[in-house]
Amino acid sequence: MPDVILEIRELQASAAGKEILRGVNLTIRAGEVHAVMGPNASGKSTLAYVLAGREGYEATAGTVRYAGNDLLAMPSEARARAGLFLAFQYPVEIPGMTTLQFLKAALNSLRKHRGLEELDAIDFLALVRERVQLLDVDADFLNRPLNAGFSGGEKKRNEILQMAFLDPKLAILAETDSGLDIDALKIVAGGVNALRSQDRAMLLITHYQRLLNFVVPDYVHVLLNGRIVKSGGKELAVRVEERGYGWLEEPGDRIFAPKVTP
Amino acid sequence: MTSENGIHDLARREYKYGFATEIETESAPPGLSEDSIRLISSKKNEPAFMLEWRLKAYRHWLTMTEPKWAKVSHPPIDYQGIIYYSAPKTERRPKSLAEVDPILLATYRKLGIPLKEQEMLAGVAIDAVFDSVSVATTYKEHLAKLGIIFCAFSEAVQNHPELVRKYLGTVVPYADNFFAALNSAVFSDGSFCYIPKGVRCPMELSTYFRINAPQIGQFERTLIIAEEGSYVSYLEGCTATMRAEHQLHAAVVELIALDRAQIKYATVQNWYPGDSEGQGGVYNFVTKRGICAGVDSRISWTQVEVGSAITWKYPSVILRGDSSIGEFYSVALTTNRQQADTGTKMIHLGKNSRSTIVSKGISAGNAQNTYRGLVTILKKATGCRNYTQCHSLLLGDRCGAHTFPSIEVRNASSQVEHEASTTKIGEDQIFYCRQRGLSSEDAVSLILNGFCHEVFNELPMEFAVEAQKLLNVRLEGTVG
Repeated sequence: MPDVILEIRELQASAAGKEILRGVNLTIRAGEVHAVMGPNASGKSTLAYVLAGREGYEATAGTVRYAGNDLLAMPSEARARAGLFLAFQYPVEIPGMTTLQFLKAALNSLRKHRGLEELDAIDFLALVRERVQLLDVDADFLNRPLNAGFSGGEKKRNEILQMAFLDPKLAILAETDSGLDIDALKIVAGGVNALRSQDRAMLLITHYQRLLNFVVPDYVHVLLNGRIVKSGGKELAVRVEERGYGWLEEPGDRIFAPKVTP
Repeated sequence: MTSENGIHDLARREYKYGFATEIETESAPPGLSEDSIRLISSKKNEPAFMLEWRLKAYRHWLTMTEPKWAKVSHPPIDYQGIIYYSAPKTERRPKSLAEVDPILLATYRKLGIPLKEQEMLAGVAIDAVFDSVSVATTYKEHLAKLGIIFCAFSEAVQNHPELVRKYLGTVVPYADNFFAALNSAVFSDGSFCYIPKGVRCPMELSTYFRINAPQIGQFERTLIIAEEGSYVSYLEGCTATMRAEHQLHAAVVELIALDRAQIKYATVQNWYPGDSEGQGGVYNFVTKRGICAGVDSRISWTQVEVGSAITWKYPSVILRGDSSIGEFYSVALTTNRQQADTGTKMIHLGKNSRSTIVSKGISAGNAQNTYRGLVTILKKATGCRNYTQCHSLLLGDRCGAHTFPSIEVRNASSQVEHEASTTKIGEDQIFYCRQRGLSSEDAVSLILNGFCHEVFNELPMEFAVEAQKLLNVRLEGTVG
């Protein structure tokens, strides 16, 4: 069996003092693609942020092991350096710095901490050309300030491109499909598929099933009220799409769940 | 850990250039009077017209009061407690670097400007001003072959009095303002630069000023004249010894660009800013002004202001020539208890003249950072354009950013644009960078460099790299 990359046990977490995750269990092995689906306020983004170590999102109980280490004890940048990548739902803008400059700084920071030589401009640009080809993206935005004035689609493509550069061991994609038209969605999905590999694990976090038409996951989990209430294969996503989330709700457990028509 | 709280956790930064140099100096007793001015003038063996000019300035200064309109505050300055003349004791003026006191040279090396190395490698001609006299001027001969004069101001007074007499005070008259009048009365030395008609100065000219002796006020005076069709790029860098008491620095810089001439003037100012409680530090009260006297002439000011307890400085351009161009690019960083009130004036007198203002203010700790600008377009100056961009960045919630732009346009064919913003470095930006493997400090430095890049782009490469490092050093401990 492939190595376990991520092992979440009974994880509870709060954001802004509010309890959001209420005992999440999830094991992801190398080469697997998992999808976590859930309605609004089910705890999807909290899960992503707790795993990435964002300030303000606090694990209050439970454990998370990442490649054998205690993930929750690591500062955010150490997690990134150890190969954990988060594709943001809302990538921030940093005016004045081109995407290329940012990528180079990030890549060299990772390389440095992995004991590799930093790439010079020439090697870096060669790598850029290679990855841009792999993803079949229009690379115009590389020379524009990071995310500044980017369309929603461009921002998401930029996230996927960064993922391709930084070569993560575990990629978490937070609502990467939200706000994308079908063409942009296909491009993003194509990028994700191109990056699937035996060594890499992926966690797709999504509200809708539509990304899963293009990126077929090995496992699907439904997150409701801060717990994973159902796990299954890719067919689970289809059932959720047809029936909504209502049929999965536990009685008396409607604190956060919105009304969903059955 | 980074957080909104962590951002304003400002640690006291050690000022790396704060060492004192033990060297014998010859100083006048403290105090200002006609006698002390006569002493300065006679020490420098000045012609009569200079003494006259100084005395006129002094008498006018006596009628003036310190300006109070800037958004800065400080205890009253005791002008009688200042030493107005101090010079390293040497037998005579050194003729070459070999004759320069090795202790002085070591000081410059410590400051990161190895004169000898620069002479050989960088092709930078440096006029180094140590306290009040110029100790070494390199590359002078090479420049002289092109007819370029680049020397200490006091030397220019001796060797080119006709040029000094013709241009001194034509851009900044001695009565211009309180500090300019003070400078005109007591200025000790500075740089003088003359580029003859049609000559493109083949290297960056650079002056490194340094305040060393305690209690000394440094009043340097710089005059740059670019004749028709000439070009010069001039760099100035400043640091000062760390002292508990405040030091006054009131400089005057005058630039004159004739027809089709271009002057680029860049400053990296890192005077001692005082400690985190606001003890000590330099009062940097400076008048810098250029005149685009001829058609198609161009003057650009680029400044990176990171030092000084108080900065009061408005490098300005008078656009008298038709189609002339004035530019101002500024990064002003204030941390701890620093105060900066800085900006520019663009005075359009010539038709179709254009000006650009790019101001970036960064404020951290308890610092106050003010942009003050004036754009004036006179009635006859038709077809003029100004573009102003004025951005402030705040780190933490105890600092302030203030903007006071004034725009006066007296004709209908001119266009003025003003753009301004105030932002904070957001937790979301820092988290994004950290998620890509960068430390908080690297993240801040990336964001800052992005914020400042339009200004850094205007600096020569090595200076831009220096300026970036300086910003990062000055902000160390601000985040994290």
